[in-house]
Amino acid sequence: MAHIPDGIVSVPVLVAGAVVSLGGLGMGLRRLTPERVPKVAVLAALFFVASLVHFPVGLTSVHLLLGGLAGVILGWAAFPAIAVGLILQAVLFGFGGLIVLGVNIANIALPAVLMGLLGRRFLARPTLAGIIAGGGAVAATALMVAVCLALSGREFLVGAKLLVFTYVPLMAVEAVFTAAVLGLLVKVKPEALEMSS
Amino acid sequence: MSVLALGSASPLDLPGQARPLLARLDPRSRVMAALVFAAAVVWCQSVAALLAALGLAAGLALLARLPWGTTMRRLLALEGFMLLTLATLPFTMGGPAVVHIAGIGLGVEGLHRALIIVLKANAVVLATLALIGAMELPALGHALARLGLPLRFVALFLFTVRYIEVLYRQYARLRLAMRARAFRPTACLHCWRSLGHLIGMLLVGTLERSERIHAAMRCRGFDGRFHLLDEHRPGRLDWGFGAVQAVSLLLLAALDVM
Repeated sequence: MAHIPDGIVSVPVLVAGAVVSLGGLGMGLRRLTPERVPKVAVLAALFFVASLVHFPVGLTSVHLLLGGLAGVILGWAAFPAIAVGLILQAVLFGFGGLIVLGVNIANIALPAVLMGLLGRRFLARPTLAGIIAGGGAVAATALMVAVCLALSGREFLVGAKLLVFTYVPLMAVEAVFTAAVLGLLVKVKPEALEMSS
Repeated sequence: MSVLALGSASPLDLPGQARPLLARLDPRSRVMAALVFAAAVVWCQSVAALLAALGLAAGLALLARLPWGTTMRRLLALEGFMLLTLATLPFTMGGPAVVHIAGIGLGVEGLHRALIIVLKANAVVLATLALIGAMELPALGHALARLGLPLRFVALFLFTVRYIEVLYRQYARLRLAMRARAFRPTACLHCWRSLGHLIGMLLVGTLERSERIHAAMRCRGFDGRFHLLDEHRPGRLDWGFGAVQAVSLLLLAALDVM
């Protein structure tokens, strides 16, 4: 449940999420120069499409968030790109509420950007970079969602703890996947990874 | 039918039929209406008011002529999302136990809280799908710009919407090619890797496509903004709709306070 629905999160958490999101969007938009708009948009579209692909894991299936990969390729510009994706998911599919949109954007985009930027430092070893960016971003998102729930009321504490465990399969798939894609990019299209400098 | 169309009536698809009432509203009115409705619902605390809100949302869904099957599937997915978080509430919130399962009492307060959250979440999603989801997305982008979002963000939004369609078609082609080679998604490393290669292929193709787009846009003097040429003005229908909504939400608030 990376997309929190409306009606759960308390007002202080809502405000904090909105502030973080606006800050991140500001940072991202400042780095989104006109010549980068088409590139960032096409990648945002790709991440949206990729999130429609369901990976079977055991009896259930997970869909990728790909935030870490977006962070590695786009840097801070990943923030508005992810925000667009989340807005679309909220209004088209009902994934996540409207009033909590700020919280949801913060929970997914902030770890994506930070872990992505961290992962970039290890691009010489794409597998390590993929594990840090892909697995790390999912882990941080899980933690932030759990903290948002726990701060909204003591009664959510147990549910929040359980929630973190449900992210473990996704963390594994996403780490493997991001590592594979980064390996491919380093080989096939290394210039794509210079974008956010 | 594209991945983004919720299936709602686009006027071109329905020759001879009147457009749904909501489709005749100014896109800005629809966005504002959805936000105000969601804020009101989040603020409400009583089951009676939230049931009424869910009723209002269902009314909006009828006005937008949302397709039943898809909408129900979306709402079911929402209950699935919330299940884990809400299922623990009856055990953790205390209050007198109503039901006993395996010797553990389900607290009445937790059940009450869970019910309230379910009602809120469903009401907001249903209203959002009706008011915004059934809108054409370029119209939504323009509405966001007119409501004051930075033009650069709106340009990003409009571009993204455009290329989701293109990439989804590309994805569907590749997926079909995999199926023609007897690929079935199961939980195994080979399968994960194949799906990984699929998305990797899309990514490389996409990056190359973005270079061509960039070149084409530069030829046309693109400066990071789309200029908005349409001049929508809220009409009588918008004011009327806004008034009806304001009255409904005031009644809702009154019901909630009572």
